[in-house]
Amino acid sequence: MLRAALRAAGKGLGYIDMQHIHIKLFAEDAPAIALTDAIAVFHRWIQTSAVPGLLIDVADYSHVVHGPGVVLIGHEAYYSLDVGKNRLGLLYQRKAKATGGSAANLHEALKTARTAAALLEHEPEFSGRLRFRQDQLGVVLNDRLLYPNTAETFQAVEPILRDVLAGHTLLQSGDPRERFEVLATRA
Amino acid sequence: MKQSNPYWKERLAGQIPAGLASEIDIFENEITLRLNGKIDEKVFAETRLRRGAYGQRYDNGQRHDGITTRKLSYGRPELTKGPNTLWDAPGMQRIKIPFGGLNAEQLEVLAELAEEYSDGIAHITTRQDVQLHFVHIEDTPSVMRRLAAVGITTREACGNTVRNVTSCPLGGVCRDEAFDVTPYAHDCAAFLLGHPDTQDFGRKFKIAFSGCETNPCALVRIHDLGYVAQVRDGRRGFKVYVGGGLGTVPYQAKLFDRFVPVEELLPLAQAMARVFARLGEKKNRNTARLKFLVVKLGLDEFKRLVLEERATLPHDPRWTTPAILAEEAPLRPATLLQIESAAPGFAAWKADNVYQQRQAGYVTVTVALPLGDLTADQLRGLADLARTYVKETIRTTVEQNIVLRWVSEGDLPAIYAALSALGLNAAGAGTIVDITACPGTDTCKLGISSSRGLAGELRERLAENGAAADEAIRHLRIKISGCFNSCGQHHIADLGFYGVSRNKGGFAAPHFQVVLGGQWTENAGSYGLAIGAVPSKRIPATVSRITGRYVQERQEGESFQAYIRRIGKAECKLMIQDLAEIPPHATGASYYSDWHDPRVYTLGDMGVGECAGEVVSAIDFQLTACEREAFEAQLALEKKDVAQAAKLAYEAMLHGAAALLTWRKLGYGNTPDAIVERFREHFFDTQVFFDPFAGGKFAQYFFRAHERRAEARGEESAHRLIEETQLFIEACHSCYARLSAQPAKV
Repeated sequence: MLRAALRAAGKGLGYIDMQHIHIKLFAEDAPAIALTDAIAVFHRWIQTSAVPGLLIDVADYSHVVHGPGVVLIGHEAYYSLDVGKNRLGLLYQRKAKATGGSAANLHEALKTARTAAALLEHEPEFSGRLRFRQDQLGVVLNDRLLYPNTAETFQAVEPILRDVLAGHTLLQSGDPRERFEVLATRA
Repeated sequence: MKQSNPYWKERLAGQIPAGLASEIDIFENEITLRLNGKIDEKVFAETRLRRGAYGQRYDNGQRHDGITTRKLSYGRPELTKGPNTLWDAPGMQRIKIPFGGLNAEQLEVLAELAEEYSDGIAHITTRQDVQLHFVHIEDTPSVMRRLAAVGITTREACGNTVRNVTSCPLGGVCRDEAFDVTPYAHDCAAFLLGHPDTQDFGRKFKIAFSGCETNPCALVRIHDLGYVAQVRDGRRGFKVYVGGGLGTVPYQAKLFDRFVPVEELLPLAQAMARVFARLGEKKNRNTARLKFLVVKLGLDEFKRLVLEERATLPHDPRWTTPAILAEEAPLRPATLLQIESAAPGFAAWKADNVYQQRQAGYVTVTVALPLGDLTADQLRGLADLARTYVKETIRTTVEQNIVLRWVSEGDLPAIYAALSALGLNAAGAGTIVDITACPGTDTCKLGISSSRGLAGELRERLAENGAAADEAIRHLRIKISGCFNSCGQHHIADLGFYGVSRNKGGFAAPHFQVVLGGQWTENAGSYGLAIGAVPSKRIPATVSRITGRYVQERQEGESFQAYIRRIGKAECKLMIQDLAEIPPHATGASYYSDWHDPRVYTLGDMGVGECAGEVVSAIDFQLTACEREAFEAQLALEKKDVAQAAKLAYEAMLHGAAALLTWRKLGYGNTPDAIVERFREHFFDTQVFFDPFAGGKFAQYFFRAHERRAEARGEESAHRLIEETQLFIEACHSCYARLSAQPAKV
């Protein structure tokens, strides 16, 4: 059935379990912080296993404009202080397959991202200067084959998004070359 | 692993050339077989390397977190993808880009892959490849299929194969070239890819094409095989160089032939591949590159063998049937820049990053990438630019940048504005701030010091200081390698650095050897020499001091190299002597961690290399140098210089003994007698040097060589001495390995 659907000229498989979910929690305003301060924080997180999963290393891309910033590389997931699309935020990226269904996976990703964001806010390097917005977040499904950035995919996953992100308005990004991405803003 | 992995094959059916599709299917099957234990891990390692799937730092399952070395507990620790390389550990995927040529669709696919399988970054290498890091081995067939669907293969991107064929990014638009070498580089890459005669090398084989003698765009003379365009009597051909290479011991390529007509290009490469496969070293990786074979045989004999081989080759129609490569043409009419843009930074950017093509009204724009990195969004943005302003004429460069060719000059303000929006409008391309660096300790298993951390720091500081605006130092090149294997090409920089470590008071500290006097121009015309190691954290001060002295003391018209030659290496060393000192850990703890990495510095994270070398540490480096000396003794003997051969062999032994003493922190006097005495006391009398089977025999070789060092030797005696030297060095390696596994006490 999946293969038959695939043969339908690139139509995605939006009805199978949502995996590889990214959550970006945007920073408030324009905090006076240095991206590179996250390097020491993430190394500490590895030492203390501060966030779930196997944590491997820290990748520093602070030199790249509008880039991934500083990334805590993990086996199951990455955590980064990200400046993609020129918006600073905590980005949680699920890499490994998750075991729950779509709603459970989205719930888990949201919970883990929020936990990490809260931790980051309280790190001494950022304390008092870095706050993450509670009213807006980005959701990316990082798999173009199964979740192309189309209206069909949006239709397929909208019920789950609306269920988990109740009270939010959902805005899908427009560029079909990009991954499926929704900006969720609390109404 | 990606959820969609099972579906890409079907999704891209019919879009991938049949041969390539079959190869990827086979590789996917090999992954399955390895998962089921049906393929030996060593065989699988070479298989994946030939597909460009490399290991990466920490894939041995352990990492020092700054406090302790921790086990990285992946889900399937019993599974490996090579010796001491865990299956689930992320790896690096190298993607071959012949001559650096890319189109817009390929940029978009690279963007997709960077986002979906990597960490969002595509990295341009010093050989015009693209690398993605943190890729899972089970995702690689999908990556390869998506690339293959847009005409890119990862085949033979690593391993003992013909690597990416590099070429001038300005080919076809250059003002100085004899002719456009691009089609020849393309045909050469296509011809040798998967060719039966290139499948049995003992080591990698690198080829480069240059359109001219002087410019440094292709660095022909650091390659195993290099072609420089020539026109003779109206006929196209190449000056051919062989046996160049950097690595631990750099060799400059030798002139093989002043003129080889273009129709002989491919058969000559094929014949050379056959000779390399047949006679090249296979067992000892340290002497397996073509450069060692050329030196060992002598250029004349090597040439004779190649030409003899050429004469026996059965005719191949591909030699003279060029592969199809669309000729580049502009998208927009030639226009001149009538009004300079008032945008901030435009003038500096235009001065540094814009090259006037030989075609009037057209320019080539260099997009300067910090450390060779760019994001998926930037890749897509460049694809848009390439479609809007040029006919998708994009190339990567060996300076880890990207160029857009055939830009109509009048479009420059619009292009600058578009690049600014992408965060890609940095000036300084081809200047002192445009620093080249290998991955180093960020991701490479062999990295000793943080080359990227240092490069980032230097780039920022030099930009802040306006170094690129100072005409005296503006065009100096800085190149950084994380270890002695030269992936950052430090030998050919004006200011080169390569990572080493030093110990003080029981603490290890990251350092860089300072390499001066290399020549970037003339296709990498000469190699620099190390003048001393400086702590990583003092390299910015080192750069500042050396360039400052040059600015102050240079004579009129004197180049940096000429200045270094004039003042001499001793003065250079003196110049940085105080900077080489490192404070004790108690008062200078920051010196004992690396740039952009606050962890306590350690060599414990290094692993075994899959490409460029073997296990690395200071003693490894020293013992490698001993091997080189022993090899040079062989060469001297071949030239019938018996006295020199015996001297080199003896010195190799002496240096091996000294390396062990240094490693065990056993001080010794600065004379051969003192070294022998200390070695005898601590390694022979204690029997720690003894081989489990041969006992103290190898140490006796050394003692005997020392006793007879002043005697004149005959050829046979010298020959024996060299053999004994090699055995002694091997015994040094063995002793080091044995003692490494024990508490640090002799």
